[in-house]
Amino acid sequence: MGLRNYIDKTKPNFEEGGKFAKFHSTFEAFETFLYTPNRVTTSGTHIRNYVDMKRSLIYVVFALIPCFLFGTWNIGYQHFLSLGQDVTFWQTVGYGLLKIIPLYLVSYIVGLAIEFTFAEIRHEDVNEGYFVTGFLIPLIMPVDVPLWMLAIAVAFAVIIGKEVFGGSGMNAVNPALLARAFLFFSYPSKMTGDSVWIAEKADAYSGATPLGTIFNGGSVNDLPSLMDMFVGTIPGSIGETSKIAILIGGIFLIITGIASLRIIIATFLGAIVMSLMISDIPFYYHLLMGGFMFGTFFMATDPVTAAQTNPGKWIYGFLIGAIAILIRVANPGYPEGMMLAILLMNVFAPLIDWCVVAVNIRKRKKRWATAERRAK
Amino acid sequence: MDKIKIRKGLDIHLDGKAIKQLEVFEPRFCALKPTDFIGVLPKLHVAEGDDVKIGTVLFHDKNNEKIVFTSPISGKVKAIVRGEKRAILAVVVENDGKNEAIDFSSVNNPIEKMLQSGVWPMLRQRPFATIANPDDKPKHIFVSMFDTAPLAPDNNFIISETSQETSLQIGINVLSKLTDGNVYINVCKDMSWRVSTDAKNVVVTEFEGPHPAGSIGTQINALAPINKGEKVWYCYTQDVITIGKLFLTGKYDSTRIISTTGSAVKNPHYYQTRIGADITPILNIEDNARVISGNVLTGTNITSDKCLCFHDSQVTVIPEGNKYKMFGWLKPVFKRVNDTNTNGDTRPYIMTGQFEKVFPFDIYPMQLIKACLIKDIEQMEELGIYEVDAEDFALCEFIDPSKTQIQQIIREGLEFIRKETC
Repeated sequence: MGLRNYIDKTKPNFEEGGKFAKFHSTFEAFETFLYTPNRVTTSGTHIRNYVDMKRSLIYVVFALIPCFLFGTWNIGYQHFLSLGQDVTFWQTVGYGLLKIIPLYLVSYIVGLAIEFTFAEIRHEDVNEGYFVTGFLIPLIMPVDVPLWMLAIAVAFAVIIGKEVFGGSGMNAVNPALLARAFLFFSYPSKMTGDSVWIAEKADAYSGATPLGTIFNGGSVNDLPSLMDMFVGTIPGSIGETSKIAILIGGIFLIITGIASLRIIIATFLGAIVMSLMISDIPFYYHLLMGGFMFGTFFMATDPVTAAQTNPGKWIYGFLIGAIAILIRVANPGYPEGMMLAILLMNVFAPLIDWCVVAVNIRKRKKRWATAERRAK
Repeated sequence: MDKIKIRKGLDIHLDGKAIKQLEVFEPRFCALKPTDFIGVLPKLHVAEGDDVKIGTVLFHDKNNEKIVFTSPISGKVKAIVRGEKRAILAVVVENDGKNEAIDFSSVNNPIEKMLQSGVWPMLRQRPFATIANPDDKPKHIFVSMFDTAPLAPDNNFIISETSQETSLQIGINVLSKLTDGNVYINVCKDMSWRVSTDAKNVVVTEFEGPHPAGSIGTQINALAPINKGEKVWYCYTQDVITIGKLFLTGKYDSTRIISTTGSAVKNPHYYQTRIGADITPILNIEDNARVISGNVLTGTNITSDKCLCFHDSQVTVIPEGNKYKMFGWLKPVFKRVNDTNTNGDTRPYIMTGQFEKVFPFDIYPMQLIKACLIKDIEQMEELGIYEVDAEDFALCEFIDPSKTQIQQIIREGLEFIRKETC
């Protein structure tokens, strides 16, 4: 094949001693993107299954596509709704694309540039982790977030959130959420309130999210219908509004074994139990409002930052659900608690795992002691 | 009879299962490879050109002079193959077809008899998978009577086809005298052969479930997990048969029934051959295929010498996967894995909870792997390193999306402990 020959011919330039040896990782990233390598097993098992990191992570991107598509449409829909204009489906989608594509360009260009640079400095392969992070970040932003702010947030999240720890797989907190948290605390006026959720909103139009309505003392009667909240024709962060789209992607992730069903079930349980205990509104509103579902399926399940042991995953998920609702109901500062709950539990996940493993270790030592006693 | 069901695991289906048909294959050469045994430092007893009989000592282990390795066939020592730093890689014996064997009937002590005849190295110990030390008293002895690995030979067929019931029975009786604990005979559900013995310490257990239900590590953990400081011994069906024959006839019978398997083998079936046999004549090997002594998960690459490894009763040949695949990582795949391609590059550990699905131990696999990587002995012990061997992690390695070399990591961890403590 022509392309393969061309790659084989150029390859030596990027190898040690070649003209472009500095760009070895970059070349390697593009080569393995085009072709799975011809590498064979050298020790241990002679065969390996087809699932590698690229495949695992691209599945997450696939799972996010329904949210992306609905989000794009909803940007246009909310915009024209606030202006009271009646437009065609394609005008709606066109407006949405116009808004969302720049966000994606900024997210990927800034993020991948940093990833590639660090890979070259470390002489490592470029890790696929940012494909997912970069796809997630625009989906958890308000649509009108200024591009320069997004660029700073991405740089902060990738460098401070990930690279200083050693890159993908070593990070303590979810980098996409860290980007959001960074903006949330640095530029709160652009990240909360009633005016940020609809692109170029007409001033007279309310534009409050369901969570914002409740936060400002509204009741269940002031909210959109449950159906609207489920389908997603409401204001909110780009990817979080449609629960149908989230469920389609979420179920795909569960079937492919990428997302942990334990974490998802536990998070729902935690949220339900906590809202039954302390919330005035029915628990299913909490599940449909804000970023709860999106966070549960796509953020809490991030394997690097979640608890790693199976019992730990139950505890971790339950606490995320419970704390998210606790923040929503009891905290006077912010209407939404999902982001903070996940970030908090990211930090505690290693401690949960440590306790779970300690139980296993104690059981083993007890067995040793019994065996020793019997031997004497 | 107790029944134990193993729930976690994975049966890997590959093309090229051996049909139940047995053919005798008398090899022209046999090789005994010191590299088949962990921690053995060989000291030669023969030189090129020497005449040997079945049972003549070829080399012994410098660490324990009682453990000797004897010739599986009679004939002439053809070559002593050496590698880097003159390390002995193999002693190759040319078969003269006479099958002259040394008679060990006059040796009365069973342990001495097994040691002198060279069948002793079939008994291995856990932890560390080294050859059993004849001076130890093992807590228990475990025998796995069936194999669940990919394309594994059917021991039911092997036992019945060659009528080995008596030898097997005698072998089990011998084992029962080697320990004060139990001899655990682990069988599968459709095992036609029944153990009948007067020995009180023989315990038969039926195992059911996906691979690694037939692996010795899984069985030890289900029956009596190893505690720190304990040693257990283990061996497999054909080893017991060989031990039994030694006590029946007084001679070392190096017969081994092997199955040739894998998609690159034409007409895969069973052969009756010898330990260490040079199997070149029975395999029509195409170019660019890998010959494995053992199964695809834990076997040894023998493409260069094509001589069976000491402990194996299976040969697998599969195509090498040194091909590029365009957008291979994006394509949905429904076909079986059929070559040696890694299907991806090595990455840091990102996914979690995957190993637990195929790892039927009460051990946290990822945590133990990481403890081995940083060579922290205390942590390895606490996390259960003594209960496992590298082969127990084969399925984890197969499914690992980060494509790390897990068996090697565990082996290095175990060797680190063995060298620090022994």
